[in-house]
Amino acid sequence: MSARQFGDTILEVNNISLSFGVMKVLDNISFDIKKGEIRSIIGPNGAGKSSMLNVINGFYHPQEGTITFKGETRKAMAPHVAASHGIARTFQNIALFKGMSTLDNIMTGRNLKMKTNIFWQALHLGPARKEELENREAAERIIDFLDIQAIRKKPVGKLPYGLQKRVELGRALAAEPELLLLDEPMAGMNSEEKEDMSRFIIDVNDEFGTTIALIEHDMGVVMDLSDRVVVLDYGKQLADGFPEEVRANQKVIDAYLGVPHE
Amino acid sequence: MLFFIEVTLSGLMAGVMYSLVALGFVLIFKASGIFNFAQGVMALFAALTLVGFMDEFGMPVWLAIIGTIAVMIALAWVIERVMLRHLVNQEPIILFMATIGLAYVLEGLGDILWGSDVKVLDIGIPQGAWDWLWDQGIYVEKLELFAAATAAILVIFLAIFFQKTRTGRALRAVADDHQAALSVGISLHTIWVIVWSVSGIVALVAGIMWGSKSGVQFSLSLIALKALPVLILGGFTSVPGAIIGGMIIGVGEKLAEVYLGPFVGGAIENWFAYMLALAFLLFRPQGLFGERIIERV
Repeated sequence: MSARQFGDTILEVNNISLSFGVMKVLDNISFDIKKGEIRSIIGPNGAGKSSMLNVINGFYHPQEGTITFKGETRKAMAPHVAASHGIARTFQNIALFKGMSTLDNIMTGRNLKMKTNIFWQALHLGPARKEELENREAAERIIDFLDIQAIRKKPVGKLPYGLQKRVELGRALAAEPELLLLDEPMAGMNSEEKEDMSRFIIDVNDEFGTTIALIEHDMGVVMDLSDRVVVLDYGKQLADGFPEEVRANQKVIDAYLGVPHE
Repeated sequence: MLFFIEVTLSGLMAGVMYSLVALGFVLIFKASGIFNFAQGVMALFAALTLVGFMDEFGMPVWLAIIGTIAVMIALAWVIERVMLRHLVNQEPIILFMATIGLAYVLEGLGDILWGSDVKVLDIGIPQGAWDWLWDQGIYVEKLELFAAATAAILVIFLAIFFQKTRTGRALRAVADDHQAALSVGISLHTIWVIVWSVSGIVALVAGIMWGSKSGVQFSLSLIALKALPVLILGGFTSVPGAIIGGMIIGVGEKLAEVYLGPFVGGAIENWFAYMLALAFLLFRPQGLFGERIIERV
């Protein structure tokens, strides 16, 4: 996999430190993500992986460091700024709108693509109606892509876990993001569901050219999917490199993998 | 038989008047999980402002209504700025208590701005018996008929708004999951201003109807108490539930008063709604159309 060539850096985090009170969650983390690659963040539980994603999409504001996204450097992002600049995400514990149908959930992902003001919407006429139909088409394309036509109208709260994860991916894709953050997209799945999800991730990356940052626990999956891997442990950065480098790194083996694979 | 129809009809109409108040509660609860104690006072405040614009500034009705809508939107903005923004991620009970505070502030503000005497509100809604039915021997108040028609239009409008538009979906999204809503680029602040504005406008409609019926006075804020059993019956999260709940309560009250009243010495109308609500809490706490079991305040 490491043979793939990538262009410009889309995101760069520099010396990020984040603490809650006396607890240091991230300590001086720096890495970059290149346009078009699949970048994994791995590490044991409590390593700070999810915190790192939360910093990138603006839920957490780090005390130190900078985030450079598409050439613009910030101290921190605000969530809706991150979203409007093309960062979409999924959550470790599925965060869907449970009372709403699959289609409506995916339509919320189109939120930023829709511009008509509230007065047109209130009347449900004119430009608002046209816009609604166009975006509905885009949502249907994503539903086809993820092969979830059968559950379009079902309230997502009642769907099985694996399908909910898929709908959540659909909502993130609906925003047509440039950078897609996936927080353990395969947690709690059986091996068949994992295979499906891996396929979707590869297809998204291939077909839409979406850059992906991924947190995952399943080492097999990570090594197969990733172009590059950054390893965190107790908020510190242990290693950063191609999968085979990381796999061979003694510090990583000691801290995380425990035993060398193969 | 004619008498039965008359009682039922008048119950339905009275029920719709309750529904109008209940609607405002549902909107805010649906979009933010807050039980807005100040909803009744908002109706009073809106009606006071409307009367004030007409009487003291001599505005024509249409201008006064537009002015009042502007005031309610401004109020929503201030509420978001001063109150809601600082209570993000707090327990529902904290937000509930904040709305109690809001109720007192609004009440006082209404008093200071427009005075505390009872005012007549007349924006030209027809009043008196509806002639056509009156000829058949049934008394139906035109004002209540008008209120029912208004409520119907309002509900259709809100249903489409919630189900079919971007902002409607965003409102429901925010109600479901704040973080996920943020991650798709929905701004919580904007959504809160919108939802409080809409419920402010609904409060204005309720204020107009009740104010035309019984004058604009402090007791208007107490109609919120009658909305509570309506909400328990219909479900806190359902717009149609608020309407149907209101009608059941209205009809139930009137029928109980007329047909059961004589056996227990009358005055059932005053407590019937609450007993019905109590029964519902025992057997179907989410109400007829509620989405899920919700924590009661």
